[in-house]
Parts: sequence; structure tokens; C-alpha cells
Amino acid sequence: MIEALHLVKRFRDRKRGTVCAVNDVSFSCRPGEIYGLLGANGAGKTTTLRMLATILAPSEGTATVAGFDVVKDAQKVRSQVGFLSTATALYGRLSAQEMVEYFGRLYGLDESTLHRRIDEIFARLEMNDFRDRRCDKLSTGMKQKVSIARTLVHDPSVMIFDEPTLGLDVMAARTIAGFIRECRDNGKTVVFSTHVMSEVEKLCDHIGIIHGGKLLAEGTLLELRARFGIHDLEDLFVKVVES
Amino acid sequence: MSLRNIGIVYRKELIDSLRDRRTLISMIVVPLLIMPLLTIGMGVLSIALVGVARKEVPQVMILGGEDSPHVVADLKLLKDLQIVPAKPDFADEISNKQIRAAVEIPRGFEANLAAGESSTVNIYMYEGELKSGFGADRLQRFFRELRDRSIREHLQARHLPDSLAHPFDILEKNVAPPEKVGGAILGGVVPYFLILLCLTGAMYPAMDLTAGEKERGTIETILCSPVSRTHLVLGKFLMVLTASIATATLAITSMAISFGAGKKMLLGATHGAAEAAMQITITGKAMASIFFVVLPLAVFFSAALLALSLFAKSFKEAQSYISPLMIVVFMPAVAALLPGVELNSALALIPVLNTSLVSKEIITGTYHWNLIALIFLSSSAYAGIAIAIAVKLFQREDVLFRS
Repeated sequence: MIEALHLVKRFRDRKRGTVCAVNDVSFSCRPGEIYGLLGANGAGKTTTLRMLATILAPSEGTATVAGFDVVKDAQKVRSQVGFLSTATALYGRLSAQEMVEYFGRLYGLDESTLHRRIDEIFARLEMNDFRDRRCDKLSTGMKQKVSIARTLVHDPSVMIFDEPTLGLDVMAARTIAGFIRECRDNGKTVVFSTHVMSEVEKLCDHIGIIHGGKLLAEGTLLELRARFGIHDLEDLFVKVVES
Repeated sequence: MSLRNIGIVYRKELIDSLRDRRTLISMIVVPLLIMPLLTIGMGVLSIALVGVARKEVPQVMILGGEDSPHVVADLKLLKDLQIVPAKPDFADEISNKQIRAAVEIPRGFEANLAAGESSTVNIYMYEGELKSGFGADRLQRFFRELRDRSIREHLQARHLPDSLAHPFDILEKNVAPPEKVGGAILGGVVPYFLILLCLTGAMYPAMDLTAGEKERGTIETILCSPVSRTHLVLGKFLMVLTASIATATLAITSMAISFGAGKKMLLGATHGAAEAAMQITITGKAMASIFFVVLPLAVFFSAALLALSLFAKSFKEAQSYISPLMIVVFMPAVAALLPGVELNSALALIPVLNTSLVSKEIITGTYHWNLIALIFLSSSAYAGIAIAIAVKLFQREDVLFRS
């Protein structure tokens, strides 16, 4: 379960002064549900998700993730979260297995559990052919699988995806989409940010439209269509943002 | 404090760094090669160069001397000099290395010599140019011998003993043991390179583990894991320290082996100061003591480099931050090489300079234990402050996500 409560994030910028990247954002997402944060570049999606993953601390407000407060129990939150974004790269000089092992150990898994989990995940994601190959020698698709394995190794109850398909080809993007669906089907709480309308339509149970750091509208796709009287999600998004 | 997490981070960074060519070169290859190159390589090279210069028969000009035919004829008979015709632009020819030296014989030189009157012979040469120096030396030797012979002849003509021209000798006797003489010559240079290698050994891993992570996009990956930022920075710091210590250890070992081998190869082929320098003996006690005083400096460098590199967005930017730091570090290291700079309790508090000075003393076999303790404590305090700053910086979002 994720519950964001009036999250605010301000940054100090030398040229622009204080910038409010996220302004009073509140939403919730239940287990077995995908919440899509839809917004243009610079809308505040990444900052919101980074606060939920405790990579950034909120300036105001808070959030509970898997029952833990992101401000007071940041470390416990991180142990319950799997975070994947295009910015979460791999250590190129480690092999696929070493990469996943490293994170498994940091998540506190004992060696027998860690290797059992790695064997399971590598078999499921068909990674055994390149498990000993260095990450910088892998194809984009293989790298994505290693990233997925890294987020899954500790079997987190909450998954946070920040524009995970950005810059990927169709096949790699489909792998990610399938993985997000699988997470929901396994009862995990999933928050997902994107600016690709088709991904939102295909994957999300709940949608939040974010712009200028503010959450302007939220609901299921059907609810939003009914509220604004627009069927096409792109038109709907533009109307919400412009209003 | 979870030692387990620090250990996990350290182990990963160690594996990662040992697969990085740049780190391997700065940590292992450079310290292993630089000492043999400095001692054996430079020694062999300088001996070879001097040998080549000595083999050359210097071309010299005789200016004047028309009324001193015997002296000119004797000069022309010398097999290790080649006399070339005199020209008015002899100075330019020496500068352009067309000839090596010129000698100006004054008017009436032989007549003055016979009459026992004084005159001046000018030898022209290019100061600092080895081959010109050899040419001038040969001319000097010729005229010194001529002067001595002339004095002897004048004395014999008056039935006076030769010793009258040489009534007593002056001899300087060295009381310093050979290793102290060698230490004074090499003692300043060795710590300088040790400090330099300690810094360069830590430089690449420090940049790679911070700015490199930002550049490659792995900083966000590691920050979303449950490892605390303090454990993360301590694990990384230990790796940078390992690189620094490994570099220093390899440099000391390589230095000891190089001196051992260099002494055997070069003794006998060297002269004067160089021979005294080769007398240096680096004992096990000296090596251990140098390691002991360099250790807190390595800690200080590792933490400072880590903190500084963290500010940078990329490896390249980190390099631009660290380059000026190298000058700041080298100034006190070089200051220790200056003659007359002696270790005292005030200088013992100046980072880098203190380590450089105390290492110089240790190599010459001098142990001021109170100053060594003071240096260890002050360097440890600086190292502690640098670690605290690095840990603090790792908590700052504006530093970690600077864009």
C-alpha cells in the first residue's frame, strides 16, 4: 500500500531561486493495483516517485509505503520497495549475477535465500545464458532483465517504476509492460510514471494527471472520461493541463 | 553502524575497481614502475649519457697565441682535443654547439711565463652543457699542468724545493655515515614520490566511485537500496583507502628492491654525490615507520578526494576539481625538499609537509618519536575531519543530484 500525503518538494536553484517541483501531492495505491502518474517532462513525476522511494526527502508532507513512513523509516521503506527507472543503470564491470547478488546482500538476504531467489528469477526471466557476462557487454533487452532481477531479488511488496520504457525499443518496452502486469497480478502495489498515453490505457487501474508539480485530476480511466466528457486520453490530458 | 553493509559495499567496489584499467594502472603499474625507473633507469641513463659525452673529442678554438708557438703546438698535440681554426664568432659557435670551447692565450704569454710574470688565460664555454664542460675541463687541465710545470722550473732554477709551491694540504673529512649522506640527498625525493603516489593511487577510484557513478547513472540505483548513505560512503572510502595504501606499499617495496638492485648495478659507475646517494640503506624499521606516518595521510587523501569528487557531475568535471588540489598537495611536499627546512613542532601540524619531513628524517635514520606521534595525531585529526565531511556530503541531495 502507498499513501502519499500532501507531498511537497522544493529545490534551491541558483538562477531561479526556490523551485517547487512537487506541490501538495496526495494519492493512494492499494496492493494488486497499478497507479499511473501521467505528466509531461518536468511535471514532477520523477521527484514524486523519488520521494516515495526515499531517494529524496520531502520538504513537507509525508507518505507511507508498505506501512512505513518515508521520513521516519526510510530504510525500512527501501527494504520493501523495488525501484526501476531509466536512470537506474547497472554496474558495467559486474556480471549479471554479481549485480543481483550485490543488491540481494544489501537487502539483507542470507546466502542460501539469495541464491535460491537468483536461480528462480534468472530461470523465469531466461537470464541463465548471460548470468556470468559483464553488464557492459549485454544488449539493452538483457540489461533490462538484469534491472528487473535487481528490483525483484528481495521480493518487494511495492514496485515503483519511473518512466521505465523511456528510450527502449518495442520488444524491450513490451518486456517491461509484461513485468509490470505480472507484479500487479502477484498482489504487489505498483506506481508507474509515464508520458506515453497508450501505456497508461493498457496498464493503469488508477490515473493521476500531474502538471507543474500539482496533481490536477485522478481516478480510473472510465471515471476521468466521464468527468471530462472526452474519450481520447491525449485530448483529456491536454484539457486537464490547460484548464 | 552495520559492518556487514560496509563490508558488502567495500567488496563490491574492490571487485569493480580491480576490473577498471585506469585504477589498476594508477594503483599497481605506476608504483611498481616509477621507483625502478627513478633509480636504476635514471642511473643507467645518466651513466650512458655521460659515457657518450666523454667519448666525443671536443672541438676547441685557440684565440691568439701567435707569440706563444710552443703552447699552441703542445695544445695541438693533445689527442683528446681537436683544434679548429679560430673565428671571430667563436662565442656563437659555442652557443650553437658547433664547437665545445675556446681558449684565449694573451699576448706575450710565453715570454711572461719565462719571466715569471702573471697573465690571464680565458677559457670560453657554455655553462651547464655537458660536452662543453668536458672541453673546458680538458683545457683547464692543460693550463694547470703548464702552470705547475712553470712553477717547478722557476723553483729549480733558484734551487728551491717543489714543496714551496705546495706548503700544506687542506682535506675535508666527513663524519656522517654514508647512509646519512645518501639519506640527505635521496631522503627528500623519496617521500615526495611516496606522497605523490599515495594521492594518485586514491585519485582514480575516488572519482570513479562518486562522479563516475553519477555519470553512469548507478548512483540512483544504489540509493534506492536499503544501505544507509553513511555505510555506503564508508564502504567506498575503504576502497579508495585500499587503493592509496596499495599504491604506497607497492611504491615502498619497489623502492627498497630498486635501491638494492640499483646499488649493485651502479656502484663503481657513479661518482661523488651520486655514489653517496647509492649508499642509502632503507631498513625494515624505516619502511614500517614511513608506512605508519603515511597511513593517516592516505586516509586524509582518500576522504578528501572522495568528498571533492562527489561534487562533480562527471568524471571529467571531477578531474578539473582535483587538478588544482594536486598543486595544493605538492607545494608542501616540494617545500620539504628545500635545503634548511627542518622538522619542528609547528611544521609537524602542517599536513603533507609534516609527513614529507618526517619521512626524510626516518630515511636518514633519525627518529624524533615525540614529533612522529604529533604528526600521526594531527594527520589523523585531519583525516577524521575529511571523513566526516565526506559522510555529510553523501547526505546532501543537492550534491548527489546536482544537475
